[in-house]
Amino acid sequence: MALISTHSLSVDTRLNNISIELQRGEVLGLIGPNGAGKSTLLNTLAGLGHYTGDILLESNNLTTYSSAERARMIGLQPQLVTCVWPMSVEEVVTLGRTPWGDNDEKAIQEAIKLAGINAFTERTIDHLSGGERARVWLARVLAGKPQALLVDEPVANVDIHYQLSVMNVLKNYAKSNNGVIVALHDLSLAARYCHRLCLLKNGKCVALGTPEEVLNESLLQDVYEISVDIDLERQPPIVLPK
Amino acid sequence: MVSKLTITFYLFIMLILVTWLSLWVGSVHVPVFGGLTDWLFGIVNDRAVIVGEIRLPRTLIAIFVGGALGMSGAALQGLLRNPLVEPGLVGASQGAALGAASVFYFGLFSVAGSLAVTVAGLLGALVALSLMLLLSGTGKPSLVILAGLAISTIAGAALAVVLNFAPNPYAMQELVFWLLGSVSNRGLDSLFVLVPALLIGGGLIWSQRRLLAALGLGEQVAESMGLAVNRGSRIVVLGTAVLVGAAVSVAGNIGFVGLLVPHLIRPFTKYRPDKLLIPSALAGAVLVCGADIFVRLLPYGQELKLGVLTSLLGAPFFIWLVVREGKRWL
Repeated sequence: MALISTHSLSVDTRLNNISIELQRGEVLGLIGPNGAGKSTLLNTLAGLGHYTGDILLESNNLTTYSSAERARMIGLQPQLVTCVWPMSVEEVVTLGRTPWGDNDEKAIQEAIKLAGINAFTERTIDHLSGGERARVWLARVLAGKPQALLVDEPVANVDIHYQLSVMNVLKNYAKSNNGVIVALHDLSLAARYCHRLCLLKNGKCVALGTPEEVLNESLLQDVYEISVDIDLERQPPIVLPK
Repeated sequence: MVSKLTITFYLFIMLILVTWLSLWVGSVHVPVFGGLTDWLFGIVNDRAVIVGEIRLPRTLIAIFVGGALGMSGAALQGLLRNPLVEPGLVGASQGAALGAASVFYFGLFSVAGSLAVTVAGLLGALVALSLMLLLSGTGKPSLVILAGLAISTIAGAALAVVLNFAPNPYAMQELVFWLLGSVSNRGLDSLFVLVPALLIGGGLIWSQRRLLAALGLGEQVAESMGLAVNRGSRIVVLGTAVLVGAAVSVAGNIGFVGLLVPHLIRPFTKYRPDKLLIPSALAGAVLVCGADIFVRLLPYGQELKLGVLTSLLGAPFFIWLVVREGKRWL
């Protein structure tokens, strides 16, 4: 049974007839040019905004869940997050418990450990670097222990060290019987960390399958309108524009 | 770092002290406790009248008005995610002023007796607020600010019209003094408006404390965490307007309390908007009651209005805030 599946999912003109599914233990990557609908798809799966078609969460329609139940099952980390108040890292992570209405210390500490931010829990969010902040946002959503984790561009504006560390957090989270959907621009990272990829263009799913199936030169040439070098045999795999 | 419980505790102790001081300070020295007990048991003597009928209403009104302003400021700053927001911004203050002005001029609500101004003020605030909610639609921060500004401007213009056509200079003087803000010469019956308003408005805001906290991370995150952002925002705005409307209709404009208090308290509550609500209400009560004591200690003569004092003290603080915020963005 799929953790999340969509059937003919459409959102006005932004998404068109998307049918995908996310299995437990899987990292599903969303790739595609800017404006392809990656963020819209993630937001819609998290219950934000109107849509037509069906979204099933553990084979029940998403609309049958209350917003709190939905939020406990599906955690969303949007692309652009800011914290207007100079809260401490620990307070920010604590806010991740909002769907549950508690301050479960165990869940909070676990999320802090998973995201590897133990070293600076007392510091305030406005004094952190971009890479540190990216992991704090991740810890915030992990504190809610969602079974389906939706993450939008977690490694944009993050250096290569933190890129790998964030992607490893996601991969490990999926391993413990959860599902992760991550929107990525970096195709090499997508090839390296995602079990399956969904290539979007103009709100349509152009290709869905393993990195080997999706990342081929003619398909990417067609979607991105540039030619790319692809070497998936290499470890780690690389996909670079020519 | 002082935790939330201890800051609430300290503020509560301060409130008790300032209450006692407010009952004690005045042109005549009378025993506070003796006066209070005499008044409670219905014994009529000087000390019972002075403490029970002059100082007690003034003190309680100052406390409730301050509490209402402090809490509404904390709620609104949390909701709009802007530390420079003031409760007057939702248009409730101007609406209340317009409502009260119509009583001074047209003698409306004479059935309400001494409460006429308060009732009209509250109605004015509620009308202004309903229009604001209608205009602001979804309750998005930018829309709330725009709609509040629009309603404030309209109510301000209408108030100017009323002033322009003042029937006599006394009515005008009375209104202007009322607008300046004061808690003196209000009867205990004002509490019939203030206490329910504080319970209802405070309750509405309190019910949305999780939303206020989550909104610190933005609307998208709050909504993804299962919170009804639009509905909750409207509830917070409604609660704020009830608090501000009641406070303004009883005491006139007491500026800057709602702006200043959350700022002073925020560092002690780990910057959590939800944990800020109760301490802000307590601190607002302490501040307004304290300021009122200060006003009474000034040399005898034309009394400095409480609202004038808070504005005099609050304005430099506001400038300091603007400069500091400006530096942060540069």
